[in-house]
Amino acid sequence: MMGYYMDLALRSLRHNKVLTALMVLAIAVGIGASMTTLTVMHLLSGNPLPGKSDSIFYAQIDANPPLSPSHHNEPPDMLDYQSAVDLWSAHKADRQTLVVESPVKIAAQDVQQPPSMGMLLSPTADFFTMFNVPFQYGGPWSADDDTHRSRVAVISADLNDKLYGGANSVGRVLRLHDADVRIVGVLKPWRPTPQFYYVVGGRFSHGQTADYYAKPQDVFTPFFTSLQINDGNFEQFNCWEAPKVAGHLVGAGCVWIGLWVELGSAAKVASYRNFLADYAAQQKAAGRIGYADNTRLRNLMDWLAFNQVVPSDVRLQTWLALSFLLICLCNTVGLLLVKFLRRGGEIGIRRALGASRKQIFMQCLFEAGAIGVLGGTCGWLLTLLGLQWVRAQPVAYADLAHMDLVMFGSTFLLAVLVSLLAGTLPALHASRIAPALQLKTL
Amino acid sequence: MQIGPILTALRRHRVATFLIALEIALACAVLCNACFLIVNRIESMRITSGVDEKALAYIAVDGYAPEHAGDLNARMVAGLSALPGVKAAGVLNTVPFSPRQFINGVTTDPAGQHYDHIANMYNGDAASLRMLGVRLLAGRMPTQDDYRPIENNFEPKESMVLVTRSLADALWSREDPLGKEFWCVGFHFRVIGIIDHLAIPQPEGRGAGTEEFSVFVPVKPENQLAGTYVIQAAPQDLPRVFREAVLAIPRIAPEVVFDHEDSGLVSDLRERYFRSDRSMIGILSGVILALMLVTALGIVGLASFWVQQRRRQIGIRRAIGATRADILRYFQTENFLIVTLGILIGVLLAYALNIVLMKVYEVTHLPVAYLLASAMVLWALGQLAVLGPALRAAAVPPVVATRSA
Repeated sequence: MMGYYMDLALRSLRHNKVLTALMVLAIAVGIGASMTTLTVMHLLSGNPLPGKSDSIFYAQIDANPPLSPSHHNEPPDMLDYQSAVDLWSAHKADRQTLVVESPVKIAAQDVQQPPSMGMLLSPTADFFTMFNVPFQYGGPWSADDDTHRSRVAVISADLNDKLYGGANSVGRVLRLHDADVRIVGVLKPWRPTPQFYYVVGGRFSHGQTADYYAKPQDVFTPFFTSLQINDGNFEQFNCWEAPKVAGHLVGAGCVWIGLWVELGSAAKVASYRNFLADYAAQQKAAGRIGYADNTRLRNLMDWLAFNQVVPSDVRLQTWLALSFLLICLCNTVGLLLVKFLRRGGEIGIRRALGASRKQIFMQCLFEAGAIGVLGGTCGWLLTLLGLQWVRAQPVAYADLAHMDLVMFGSTFLLAVLVSLLAGTLPALHASRIAPALQLKTL
Repeated sequence: MQIGPILTALRRHRVATFLIALEIALACAVLCNACFLIVNRIESMRITSGVDEKALAYIAVDGYAPEHAGDLNARMVAGLSALPGVKAAGVLNTVPFSPRQFINGVTTDPAGQHYDHIANMYNGDAASLRMLGVRLLAGRMPTQDDYRPIENNFEPKESMVLVTRSLADALWSREDPLGKEFWCVGFHFRVIGIIDHLAIPQPEGRGAGTEEFSVFVPVKPENQLAGTYVIQAAPQDLPRVFREAVLAIPRIAPEVVFDHEDSGLVSDLRERYFRSDRSMIGILSGVILALMLVTALGIVGLASFWVQQRRRQIGIRRAIGATRADILRYFQTENFLIVTLGILIGVLLAYALNIVLMKVYEVTHLPVAYLLASAMVLWALGQLAVLGPALRAAAVPPVVATRSA
């Protein structure tokens, strides 16, 4: 029966090639546009730390002094030096890391290349285990390296390729600013999407958040080591008083450090919340901060949502593509209706020869489904073309645009779903054709 | 032309009529809003920077020792000025469309408990202000004494500044801003001049109305402001002069790393800054074209079917005296009625979509003009699409009436 229905559908499609082409084209273009934007959406709004994101939290207290003009209902996105170091050294979480980023001058001693500027991330040892950072050579530094301010570094795969041609560079010496550091680890190519551990200020960015999808930093050195070697190059997130020396923010009235904690159970989360509140209350009592009840502990996905990481242009494109698909759907419904009703005579004969309404309905749906499969195939090709175009765009996430298996499957699923949806109404109409009336007109 | 018979005929094809009207309604809603977004983007791209873009280039370098910043400035300014074609060189922290911005909350309240607005502070020496070429509306330009040393790497403790008309209006509404004061983290600023335009470096980054919230603070750079320079040249020489300047930097200051990404002709920086807007305009235009095409094809398909279905009736009408023009007009009127129905639904949809966009994006109310223009376009599109099938209908000979089908 299925084979026969398929045969009927293909015959009918071949019968009026122009109309068929029009419908396939409409579905293909609608699917191509929608899937391109949905693929980008899917990539940009995904979970960067699947399976673990629920136990990763971003800790915030409001470090503003009393009567600070920077005070809002939400605490600042980052911490001042004292709060950050106090909270970190309490070690109340399973794992914890500070994060701060700064531009740094990088030179490799034994390599014939001029110095270049790169980004330095200054976390603490737990960073690499907390965030499942993959290593190619060597490994992370130890907790002792944090406290002893060891001159050690982990470098990205990109920097390793650029300086050492991808060879094992563990043990070699890198010059950062004016200090020598020993490389202890080289990362595998690592492209967290977004660069979740350093997402701040989303609510002030007016939807222009494409830079959250930039590649990870080039060099990683222990937090306290970085304060020594790259002093003078740190940038504040916000200040309530101008720092005495530019780029030297230790002890300044500025927020500039992030704190991530890993908490393995709900009880630990609750007790960490209390710990934050207690710390803030104690600091307020000491007169150092002005707003004790303004603490937050958001998990990773909530923090990303709070910062609205998906750029507003990407969301706009998705809505645009989906409404275009809706128009294409309307169009296909209309054309299918025309097509089926035009074959009223033929359907009448089939009914007269004993085909049930249900059978006519199924025959029509088969035809619609066939259009969906054809449209889906063309749509998939158009999606590949669309993603090619996205990769050519000057945005930080351009290199990420590719189709994974999920989106490949979704393309065909969506195409067939759309065409069946488009086919239902016309098929219903066709199945209601009365045999006698049509036979008379033949 | 009698509308009655057309309506009767349409009533017999309710589903198809409604579908095509719905398609037109959706097209209308998307068309209005997409055009509106395009126009908004074009407007924000046409922002007046207030500076002499064609004659200016921005040069940013990093990696120097902060304690030798003053020495670097002296070498850079002297070295750049000496290059053939360079008219002048100066120290300036940033220029419009540069990725480097210096935004600060400012307040007119000496106690400073709330920030009134967020403004960008341009810090530059006398040469840089001359090069920028900002236009003074009222007050005076800074004199020699107004260029003061920076403290805490931020600003002079007491600055005599120029503010834009737009920021002055925001801070003091319609009061005369000359001589007015404002504060930022304990630093004091007094307004000596009003300039007509000076865009902030990232004019789309801080919301509507804040594109020109700029302050020019005259400073003596000394050891506290370094690494960023502007050079001026005749517009036709500038690209060459800039290339030569980039090549000369390793000779002038061997210790620095030139920042390719942030430096450039100001006109190129503008081009780079608005690149994403241009690609968005491209996407929106593409969608508009595609949806018009799809809609037109839908109309052609349906109209052809109706013409074919009604051949006999057309023949009868022709046989009893209707002219070809009558038949043509029948299908044209029918199309006009359907498109009108679509537009009526479309207007509601367009406003609904606009309200959603207003919530999520920074767009204003959809002006009525867009609805009228979209309606015109859709009417024209409908008439164009129906013309082929209608002409075919008009060509049906009266003799068809005598045939059985």
